[in-house]
Amino acid sequence: MIPVKTSVTITHPVGLHARPAVKLTKVAKSFAAEIRLRGAPDGEWVDAKSIVKVMGLKLRTGTVLEMEAKGDAAAPALAALQSLVERNFDEAAAGS
Amino acid sequence: MKPRPAAERTYRGEPASPGLAIGVLVRLAARPQAVDDAGEPLAAAKARLKAAIGSAKGELSALIAANDAMGADILEFQHELLDDPTLVDAAFSAIDQGAGATSAWATAVGEQIAVYESAEDEYFRARASDLTDLRDRVLGVLSGASSAGHPDVPHGAIVLTEDMTPSVFLSFDWRRLGGAALVAGSRASHVAMLARARGVPLLTGLEAEPATFAGDAVLDAHDGVLVLSPTAATRARYASRIAEAEDLHRRAQDSLSRPAVTATGEHIEVMVNVDDPGAVGDEILQASDGVGLMRTEFLFIGRDRLPSEDEQFTAYSRILHRLGGKPVVIRTLDVGGDKPLPGVNIAAESNPFLGLRGIRLCLDKPELFRPQVRALLRAGVDTALRVMLPMIATAAEVEETRQVFADCLAELRRAGVAAAMPPLGIMVETPAAAIAIELIAADFYSIGSNDLTQYVMAAARDGGGRVARLNDPGHPAVIRLIEQVVAHGRSSGKPVSLCGDMASDPALAKLLLAAGLRCISVAPAALGRIKLAIAGMGSADG
Repeated sequence: MIPVKTSVTITHPVGLHARPAVKLTKVAKSFAAEIRLRGAPDGEWVDAKSIVKVMGLKLRTGTVLEMEAKGDAAAPALAALQSLVERNFDEAAAGS
Repeated sequence: MKPRPAAERTYRGEPASPGLAIGVLVRLAARPQAVDDAGEPLAAAKARLKAAIGSAKGELSALIAANDAMGADILEFQHELLDDPTLVDAAFSAIDQGAGATSAWATAVGEQIAVYESAEDEYFRARASDLTDLRDRVLGVLSGASSAGHPDVPHGAIVLTEDMTPSVFLSFDWRRLGGAALVAGSRASHVAMLARARGVPLLTGLEAEPATFAGDAVLDAHDGVLVLSPTAATRARYASRIAEAEDLHRRAQDSLSRPAVTATGEHIEVMVNVDDPGAVGDEILQASDGVGLMRTEFLFIGRDRLPSEDEQFTAYSRILHRLGGKPVVIRTLDVGGDKPLPGVNIAAESNPFLGLRGIRLCLDKPELFRPQVRALLRAGVDTALRVMLPMIATAAEVEETRQVFADCLAELRRAGVAAAMPPLGIMVETPAAAIAIELIAADFYSIGSNDLTQYVMAAARDGGGRVARLNDPGHPAVIRLIEQVVAHGRSSGKPVSLCGDMASDPALAKLLLAAGLRCISVAPAALGRIKLAIAGMGSADG
């Protein structure tokens, strides 16, 4: 199976801190597809459904987040995640 | 030997959330100790851990349901961690290696805690306490300890403990307690944020752990001290301070939602100053007449790169949206050589306050300024946005800036991007602008009394002693300039307001009303207090 790929820039001023990371993993878990993320072109791919792994990326604002998915509904899963990041996780400009 | 009353002892700490309290000091029990349960049969250990994780999730869900958004978010993070096989499987495989349920869990979470504790970023380091919280919650279930409620803590008590996790904080009913003092902890922790949001006095990082104690204590989270065995004189002093503060607070809260009207019936517009919009609650924004100064430096400073146009557009649109159509005055970037910006070289200056700062820096560095201008023009479509230019000394600077706005507007329209020119006003903070105000045509004027005072008096605020005393915004030299700007506003028909710190001081605000000002912008925390003070003022008699 060929994975679907996309990338999105994190513009949330604080970066991917606890609250946005929880939203991201929750959205990822709502899809059956296997979804992986990385925060650097040579970085390690991690499971988008693991809060430990996603927080472990320590993604700051301005980072280009690469995403790939394979399996059931891989493309809609990536579209949902990309939209979540682009909407700044539906948060006020600077959170806690 | 006769028993002697214990001597008063004072411990210094960092005020993490302001407030005062007198009450009985209660020490919170240390976290549950991990008992050695190695040798527990493998299947039994796994079943026990599984059950403990399940009931910890149940406890968290109940707490999430009972808490407001901020508390719930912090607990959601923990709930998500308990759902994560990366964490949970590590504990189960430790059991496979021969560990008991307790030590397996403590080790698995301990590894994650160590990762966070070693992070460079303070935000990530502070998350270690969330993981500690989670570890202890499950360990508590495993050891059979109940974590529900604290019925034994008496009314008005001051809680003393080594450190406090968010869920322990949230498990207290702080409305009936005085506050807390933590031997460890920091202002950046989730607990400190929660305490500030709820107005719970909190002291962190005590210089020493009080060894033995009994009885009452005074918690002063304004000046940063915990006083054990306070003398009658100390108690009396704090009791009257607390009574005064409570009375003032109650009356200020009552005034918050009312319009500010003087004793003579004159309506004063009271707006708020916003630094980081995330730190200002909606109830304050709703109670205000708008945002009189939104600083944009928070988007630029302490970052590893400059904010993009889109990022700025989002931030500006969001605050405009939160104000629901009330005016929002956004000030363009106001920094100088004393505040480094990522990727922007500013030559060293012997006196940065008289150097390349504010509008001077922005006009000099279009690559820095134009994304902000474009973001503002985009945010100005169908909104009550007003844009304010800092450090203006001459009319030519305003014209040059207006040209930059016009160029960017044309550029955006050519590209088919919706954009609109907002009213452009100036911050009146250089003596040149204040003295020859009639030479500078602008859509509105906002007096920046902090810088105006420092430049007029030639005295810095942080100068200390003799210099700091000279930095007096109530000095007639400053007041006369304010009167002059107000008079120009009246004759030219342009709005005038004042957004410096003096507006947040009731005594100085009185001088401002006497000088003819009818619009001021104050710190969010001062909004109720200033509205209350205005209600007691006759605007004509000063």
